[in-house]
Amino acid sequence: MPSHTGYQDNLIDGQHNYETITDRIGTVVLDQSKFNPNSEVGKKWINAFLFGFLGVNVLMLVIGWLVYQGIGIWGNNQPSAWGFDIINFVWWIGIGHAGTLISAILLLMRQKWRMSINRFAEAMTIFAVMCAGLFPLLHTGRPWAAYWLFPYPNWLAMWPNFRSPLVWDVFAVSTYFTISLLFWALGLIPDLATLRDRAKSKIAKILYGFAAMGWNGSAKHWHRYEQAYLILGGLSTPLVLSVHSIVSFDFAVSLLPGWHTTVFPPYFVAGAVFAGFAMVLTFAIPVRKWYKLEDFITMRHIDWMCKIMLATGLIVCYGYGCELFYAYYSGSPDEKFMIMNRMAGPYGWSYVLLIVCNLAIPQILWSPKMRQNLAVVWMVSQAVSIGMWLERFVIIPVSLHRDFLPSSWGMYVPTWADFSMFFGTIGLFFFLMFLFLRFLPMISIFEMRELYHRDKEAPSKNSHKHAHHHEPAAVTAGGDDQ
Amino acid sequence: MIHAAPKNPVFGLVAEFSHPDDLLHAAEQATKAGYKKVEAYSPFPVHGLTEALDWHESTVPWMIFLAGIAGGLGGFALETWVAVQAYPHNIGGRPLFSWPSFIPVIFECTVLLAGVTAVIGTLAINGLPRPHHPIFGAKNFDRASQDKFFLCIESSDEKFDVSETTKFLEGLDADSVSSVRNDEDDL
Repeated sequence: MPSHTGYQDNLIDGQHNYETITDRIGTVVLDQSKFNPNSEVGKKWINAFLFGFLGVNVLMLVIGWLVYQGIGIWGNNQPSAWGFDIINFVWWIGIGHAGTLISAILLLMRQKWRMSINRFAEAMTIFAVMCAGLFPLLHTGRPWAAYWLFPYPNWLAMWPNFRSPLVWDVFAVSTYFTISLLFWALGLIPDLATLRDRAKSKIAKILYGFAAMGWNGSAKHWHRYEQAYLILGGLSTPLVLSVHSIVSFDFAVSLLPGWHTTVFPPYFVAGAVFAGFAMVLTFAIPVRKWYKLEDFITMRHIDWMCKIMLATGLIVCYGYGCELFYAYYSGSPDEKFMIMNRMAGPYGWSYVLLIVCNLAIPQILWSPKMRQNLAVVWMVSQAVSIGMWLERFVIIPVSLHRDFLPSSWGMYVPTWADFSMFFGTIGLFFFLMFLFLRFLPMISIFEMRELYHRDKEAPSKNSHKHAHHHEPAAVTAGGDDQ
Repeated sequence: MIHAAPKNPVFGLVAEFSHPDDLLHAAEQATKAGYKKVEAYSPFPVHGLTEALDWHESTVPWMIFLAGIAGGLGGFALETWVAVQAYPHNIGGRPLFSWPSFIPVIFECTVLLAGVTAVIGTLAINGLPRPHHPIFGAKNFDRASQDKFFLCIESSDEKFDVSETTKFLEGLDADSVSSVRNDEDDL
């Protein structure tokens, strides 16, 4: 099908066969000379990694001081008992959701294009949930007693209150993390076997061999594997919807104007996917170029991710519209005041910026030409990331700081500890992402082979005897190898 | 049972192919010829392969289903026991057995147990982790995880006969046919 946007209508560009696909993706991790800081791409990797490492150090220092001094070093106060900690928690959890959407929901919908981005996006999910989890953990004030959140027999004979959304949250987030990790690990096993069989260095052979657990690719193993993988996809789909719905219950179940609305669960889930795709694009655009993976993460992928971002962004904006309508139609003076305060109160600037970032800027993506301009797409993704962070700022402290009683109004001012901890988690995310890029295949190799088989070989089934004798040294559209 | 019969020093005969359709065809032919202990190895799941080998199994889905049910019931039982029996509290005037608010945790427990069972159960039924398997001794088998397709007729098959089976496999248009030895320790 010729396309009006000018890109090849392929999920795999260039001339490839099983061997070149395996080689192109596997080499990134097996040929560690690519990470030599003297090479151009190695320099980029080391810079990104060092940025992450710096962030991790900042994070550890802040957490150390926080545990010693207590959460008074944050800007949280009365009436704004929730501040950066919960904003960042919700923001990070949301970012993780794109990974599950790609790996699970698109799997169930038989969207083949997910195959080249799922590994990468799932890794993002896991690291984002790790960053997210830190905030409520430290917000408890006594992180060493965080296991009190779980139901376990104890001498105080105390149990969690299962009617509380905060307890649901504990179950939702810990289940989400566990299942995402297992889903990802299961998907990695066949690729680890590939790396085991291709590794030249003894250490790599042993380590990948250990991790591959003796996978030999037998038909029976694949059969059970696919059954489990598909069912996990089926389980993860409602799971990911439940996680952000439950996160939104933390707010919606309360009585505070600005929180107490029924639109929250769908609106939070859409916002999560919106922010998540922005983060996938933020990483995918530079990384596919650095490691010459343009043949696998094609312009078609970028185009479709932009469309999903645009669609979910519109759902989020519909949510903003609903909030305005509720305030007007409820007839409640407190609701009306909340919206007026949100738009024109002391934090009005944050609402304006939110609308610019989440409503105005993403409309650029209606243009097919702009969706093919990587610089524009990358900038829009940044705007969305900022916008979705602001959304949580607008919802959390801006709703809290002025509620029913003017006598208990206050202002929320984040401190250096809030900012450095947020920066620290961004660093932690970078740190883990770039370690992942270095040691694990960032694209699912076996799924790319399967995609190649279905996409390129299936139509010429009768002539396959000739078709599969392509020379490995095929010319690729993505440019030269070295 | 384990050391009942002395094992054949030959684990099986392996044919190598370059294309999944050739493997599929070979698997069909082997089943048709009456071989039962046949295993196919491929670098990605080839659809129709287990059917071609006349092998059907639905243990994994059932296992996951039962684990999910157990998780859900377990979560519900825990919540009910805690809220009604172990730690009864008046929360906002709701009844002690306020089941609608138990649903999120029931759901999470269902997914958690089903998902953990899916992964651990699949690995366990596949016999993984397994440090070594005789098939890894097959010629060129490191390509089985990359770009080659293998069919192995195992020596434990009743119809197995080195020369007959070799001839059969060679008739299947394979790139090469070779024999695989059992590991010394297993003999």
